[in-house]
Amino acid sequence: MPLRLERQENISPLRHAMAPVVAALVTLVVGAVMFVVLGHDPVRAFTIYFIEPLGDAYTLQELVVKASPLLLIGIGLSFCYRANRWNIGAEGQYVAGAVLGSWLALATHGMEAGPWVLPAMLVLGALGGALWGLIPAFLRVRFGASEILTSLMLVYVAQLGLDYLVRGPWRDPQGFNFPQSVTFDDVALMPLLMEDGRLHGGILIALLAVIAATFVLGRTLVGFSIELAGSAPRAAAFAGFDEKRVTYGVFAVSGALAGLAGIIEVAGPIGQLQPTISPGYGFTAIIAAMLGRLHPVGILVASLVLALTYIGGEAAQISMRMPFDVTRVFQGTLLIAILAADILVRYRIRRVEGTTHA
Amino acid sequence: MRKILSMAVAIAAGLALAGGAPAQAAEKLKAAWVYVGPVGDFGWSYQHDQGRKAVEAHFGDKVETTFVENVDEGPDAERVIEQLARAGNKLIFTTSFGFMEPTLKVAKRHPNVFFEHATGFKRAKNVSTYNAKFHEGRYVLGQIAAKTSKTGTIGYIASFPIPEVIAGINSLMLGAQSINPDMKIKIVWVNSWFDPAKEADAAKALIDQGADVISQHTDSPAAMQAAEGRDVMAFGQASDMIKFGPDSQLTAIVDDWAPYYIERVQAVLDGTWTSTDTWGGMKDGEVVMAPYTNMPDDVKKMAETTQAAITSGALNPFKGPIYKQDGTLMVKEGEVLADKDILSMNWYVKGIDDKVPGQ
Amino acid sequence: MLDAAIIGAVLASIVAAATTLLLASLGELVAERAGTLNLGVEGMMIVGAAVGYVTAYGSGSLLLGTLAAVLAGMALSLVFAVLAIWLATNQVASGLATTILGLGLAGLIGASFVGTQLEGAPPLHIAGLTDLPILGKALFGQDAFVYVSLLLLAAVAYTLTRTRIGLVLRAVGENHAAAHALGHPVRGIRTLAVMFGGACAGLAGAHLSLAYTPFWAADMTAGRGWIALALVVFSAWRPLWLLAGAYLFGAVSILQLHVQGFGLGIPSQLLSALPYLATIIALVVISALKHGRGAPASLGVPFVPDR
Repeated sequence: MPLRLERQENISPLRHAMAPVVAALVTLVVGAVMFVVLGHDPVRAFTIYFIEPLGDAYTLQELVVKASPLLLIGIGLSFCYRANRWNIGAEGQYVAGAVLGSWLALATHGMEAGPWVLPAMLVLGALGGALWGLIPAFLRVRFGASEILTSLMLVYVAQLGLDYLVRGPWRDPQGFNFPQSVTFDDVALMPLLMEDGRLHGGILIALLAVIAATFVLGRTLVGFSIELAGSAPRAAAFAGFDEKRVTYGVFAVSGALAGLAGIIEVAGPIGQLQPTISPGYGFTAIIAAMLGRLHPVGILVASLVLALTYIGGEAAQISMRMPFDVTRVFQGTLLIAILAADILVRYRIRRVEGTTHA
Repeated sequence: MRKILSMAVAIAAGLALAGGAPAQAAEKLKAAWVYVGPVGDFGWSYQHDQGRKAVEAHFGDKVETTFVENVDEGPDAERVIEQLARAGNKLIFTTSFGFMEPTLKVAKRHPNVFFEHATGFKRAKNVSTYNAKFHEGRYVLGQIAAKTSKTGTIGYIASFPIPEVIAGINSLMLGAQSINPDMKIKIVWVNSWFDPAKEADAAKALIDQGADVISQHTDSPAAMQAAEGRDVMAFGQASDMIKFGPDSQLTAIVDDWAPYYIERVQAVLDGTWTSTDTWGGMKDGEVVMAPYTNMPDDVKKMAETTQAAITSGALNPFKGPIYKQDGTLMVKEGEVLADKDILSMNWYVKGIDDKVPGQ
Repeated sequence: MLDAAIIGAVLASIVAAATTLLLASLGELVAERAGTLNLGVEGMMIVGAAVGYVTAYGSGSLLLGTLAAVLAGMALSLVFAVLAIWLATNQVASGLATTILGLGLAGLIGASFVGTQLEGAPPLHIAGLTDLPILGKALFGQDAFVYVSLLLLAAVAYTLTRTRIGLVLRAVGENHAAAHALGHPVRGIRTLAVMFGGACAGLAGAHLSLAYTPFWAADMTAGRGWIALALVVFSAWRPLWLLAGAYLFGAVSILQLHVQGFGLGIPSQLLSALPYLATIIALVVISALKHGRGAPASLGVPFVPDR
């Protein structure tokens, strides 16, 4: 091979800061070519995608609303992935949390219960997600069954379970037998942070999670044991960290945060339980976690970027009549550009004379 | 500083007003559609988009249409509808049940925008609801099935147990029983509106179990193809699927939203739009039957007669006496089931040997 | 209720349903054995379905369509390979990005073909054999994709365990540093393995759009790529267990529809969940009996040579 990728050992802060710039440039070039080929004005497309949403108070709020579940779930996933536990079933844990939390909202519906309802719902939501997440953890610890398969399969089971509940026992009795629960009482709804728009209290919880996770992962023994379990399991065992406890721990945290995200969405932007409560947040959050390099602050940035591509895509459909599929292609291209640019900054491609295999 | 800022805001707002509302009258009417699936699903969303295209063709320069496809029924819907309202659309059609609450929420914030929600039951001053009485068509299907089936068993591929689907099954069965009281029906729920391979599997399973006429309340033409491959008869759904079953399709219930959409756009143009609840059927041209094919002339004649009777109002599929599975009289002789009871139907008529899921 | 004809037909349906999953997961198995986790299966499948359909529709040849689908799957897998193998990007994120890209591309490619159909791949008919009771249709009455999937499975199983190529491929997946030290072109082998995965995913897509339901509709793979990925894990990266997994999943998917047809009144959501539950239970049982095996040791770890 005449070309070779070499890892840069001491990356200067400047070079680090260049990653987003390079990503942006790559995206601009690739995206422009793509838009021209598909017959869309690239300048207008970029303006609608990236400039307009950031210059409008409403879309800025929506950006945060869309990013916050990705952020919460992504942070949870970073615990698993740092420990090398492959939880890809966050979507199911999200649903399980939403279901258990909503149970309380429905049970207290119309009873003029006090302001304790919402906090209790959040606790139940986290609990529901954690319990659902602990199933693959248990199956892995007890039987050695791969969590990749079990966590993914449990997504479908959770979704069908939710479907059964809202079409059967939890259906709104006044709802003409349509599949949705009653609309939650005010005490069961997330408080709004601003008068206009959908910015809700869940965002604060997500930010709190960023701070807490940064601390736990970076500064505590727990964070160290997770890291070590992932990178050097044998060393972790020698150091006396229990592998099983790590598995249970990271799945519980991951599930709890996904469940929390679920109940926040249901008690926030949606306001009731219905068959569809997630546009694939649990899967998109995997990308957020990875793009953010499993670091809470990185995930925060990645969630916002991902949210922007969705909202920009909707805007492009609305103002440019751009087909949904073009926005999907662009989103894929953008992600690829970000991934590639990041690597090109951290490594450098060198021309080498002749090939030497050791 | 604050003063200057607030002045700037006021001026900007003034400009926006000046450039917005009054000038709008002379401009094109902007109308928008929100779809739950991809327009390429060749089913529910595809047919709504055909309606949108008909609006474009009919009004030409007077109307500008736009659509957003694949909109999830979760938290995203409200944002999409809000964005459409903010983009200056004056008439917005939200074409799936799950858009009901988001539509109402956005409508509250935009009192000058008209909203039309398909298949829901909640209205507001600026929110209409609309749907079609597809069950009228299914009564005709039931009669045709009873006439053509040799095994006496109809196979039914159902999506989700919502009242509209239940009512469709009942209407089909009542039609079938009007010809042959001993007709049987087998129902398979695929828990999806759109999964072609699964729909094909369901069709094959029903055929294997002895059904020789297949009816579906799912979106893709997969079941029709499966029927064609197995040489049994079938009914198309949403669009004319004759291409997919040239020797199998007896007829199809075609969703034709064009008349309604044109009427509502016209109403906005005329300034006569009011909030209504439209549940159009055959007589309104919303439930259209594809040509009757692959059947003997006498069956065809019967189907046409029934269709004419439903269209004229002489025949109502839910005319009493109608008994529930356990024999309870639900509709007395000489009466018809009220619209609200059809809209919320969650029981099977006598003769269906199965349970309504979730009951 | 259960006569030979029904059983025969049910078995035939199960084989057909399992074939899509088997094809897609077989390719992924090879990619993963070489150490690369490609989560782009769904994307490669749908691109295969779209390109395969469009080509077959335009040319009138199912064979050309199938070939085009295979090439399309490979082309998309190459995008992933350049990223994940040559640029050493994060494999999970790259795979997911590939899926998003594939879904979009497929939608664009197929857009103007919505509502058309073509004559699907014909089932085999051998006088005498196909008409045998019970197993006749399942074994001798299928379309070519079924037989190709089984031949491919046999070829992969043989190659992986009995040939030098297989040995090298596994070495690359188990310990890429050692394989590199032995002079094997780690990234080249991984690229080929990923491209084989793309080819198989494309073929699986073609099975859907050219044989199973011969038409094009957006998002018609409906998540089967994810199931294929899960089945690779189920198989513990062994081809014969993959066969078992795909057929188990296919069988439960078909049988639950039949159970519904009998009208027993079991909630349909529970029945629809059965294939997933059955797969979990089967995996747990296999794992508990210690038949399980770990993933290839270098799976998901990018290889960057030091010198």
